[in-house]
Amino acid sequence: MTELSLRLAISVAQIAAVMGVVMLTVMILTLAERKVLGWMQDRMGPMEVGPYGVLQPIADGLKLFFKEDIVPAGANKFMFTLAPILAMVPALIGFAVIPFGPSQPFEFFGITVKPFVISDINIGILYILAFTSIGAYGIILGGWASNSKYSLLGGLRSAAQVISYELNVGLAIVGVLILAGSLSLVKITEAQGGGFWHWYVFALPAPQIFAFVVYVISAVAETNRVPFDLPEAESELVAGFFTEYSGMRFAFFFIAEYANMVLVSCVAAAMFLGGWNAPYPGTILGHMGLEQFAWAENIAWFTVKAYAFLFLFFWLRATLPRLRYDQLMKFGWKVMLPIALGNIVVTSIAAYLFPKG
Amino acid sequence: MELIFFFYFALVIALASVLVVALRNPIYSALSLLIMFFHVAGLYVTLHAEFLAAVQIIVYAGAILVLYLFVVMLLNLRHDERYHRQWPVAGLIGLTLVIEGLVLAIFSRRTASSGPTSTETAVEGLGNTEAIGDVLYSTYLFPFEVASLILLVAMIGAIILAKRNIGQDDGLHVANAQVETR
Repeated sequence: MTELSLRLAISVAQIAAVMGVVMLTVMILTLAERKVLGWMQDRMGPMEVGPYGVLQPIADGLKLFFKEDIVPAGANKFMFTLAPILAMVPALIGFAVIPFGPSQPFEFFGITVKPFVISDINIGILYILAFTSIGAYGIILGGWASNSKYSLLGGLRSAAQVISYELNVGLAIVGVLILAGSLSLVKITEAQGGGFWHWYVFALPAPQIFAFVVYVISAVAETNRVPFDLPEAESELVAGFFTEYSGMRFAFFFIAEYANMVLVSCVAAAMFLGGWNAPYPGTILGHMGLEQFAWAENIAWFTVKAYAFLFLFFWLRATLPRLRYDQLMKFGWKVMLPIALGNIVVTSIAAYLFPKG
Repeated sequence: MELIFFFYFALVIALASVLVVALRNPIYSALSLLIMFFHVAGLYVTLHAEFLAAVQIIVYAGAILVLYLFVVMLLNLRHDERYHRQWPVAGLIGLTLVIEGLVLAIFSRRTASSGPTSTETAVEGLGNTEAIGDVLYSTYLFPFEVASLILLVAMIGAIILAKRNIGQDDGLHVANAQVETR
């Protein structure tokens, strides 16, 4: 029983650590987005709170926390309360299977622990897909429960968009799954070790470069970011599905959106860009004889890859205008879907002709 | 321990299924269905069928039920005047199904001692996902192909239904227009 409780304690500690890091990342992102947008538009961004504006996220958080919580007249109170929770929980729960660092087991009071992944389940990537698809419920129900036409339209747009682009996300990663022969993110990442030419974007016999592009575009669409932010198009729908939300409930939707961005960035890094593997064989610390500290370098590489994606999100926002709704649907079904399907066929043939080892 | 989980999942599945048909608000019905799907997935996990559990959530909860919600919201159904005159029929069908289930339960208990079936022994030692793929593309290849054919037919049917009024100059349109004017 003590072993069970110790395992439980370790799991809780891991979950707390990951949640802490994700929340910290979300805080950093809210500031980074405004700063990056500011620089790209030749502005300063937030400069008031703290030196160079770095304490802005804390000020924003405090403001949202102390705002009045308004439930609009005629809203369905139960659904209105449930929706932000339904949006936020799936966004955070997906991090359970992301490998942040090397999976070498680690002895801890007689128990072997994999310190850098909360749970290595053998269907890791499907688990993430399942829970990201649940995230749509929060948006749809939030839009419906608000009793406002803008919210409802935002919710409906989001439903159609998420379904369309989820399909492309799922199909884009099939190529990687064929090459790796596993659904576990830990195994997929491990199979990409030994230099950037082993990453699945570039790896022979079937470089997944097209699948990667499809994945990135679909991921942007699935997280409702510019240029696919039609569910919350401010020029048409005020603020879309969360028009009527205020205070912490709005904050929940906001955190969910950013946590989803972090999640899709982590998945992209793990599936296509080698996860925690460095772009050269082994690690520098390992070659210097400091094998026990090599995990730090691996985690650093994972962080760099994830943040590169997050920067891409901001970059797109600063660069591109919003798509029209019919363009969005046409693009998803007539361009992205055929490319993803074609990639599966090509990858399958290549994997059949050049089997591994 | 396993039994506790089974009874928890079974109880919630039964309760949620009743709520799906008993609740007046269609949105609440859809949410009960969502809860039910999740617990069915939980049941699959206790059976070590993780792949099925994930697919259950992705397909049913993630896609089909979202479409249901979509339709329910667009139509904005009133809460009253749904299936109220159907209690006798529903009761009859329900009773038949319960009896069938009981019969099956009794018979399966008799045959259960005869050991695992051939497919169970065949897939032992493989991973969950590999096992399903293996069985699907060998033992059940024909049903699998038939299912995909049915899906293809449904897809073509949906396209024809949706396209009926768009293509002005094809022969199909003329025939359909005649049907519509009748």
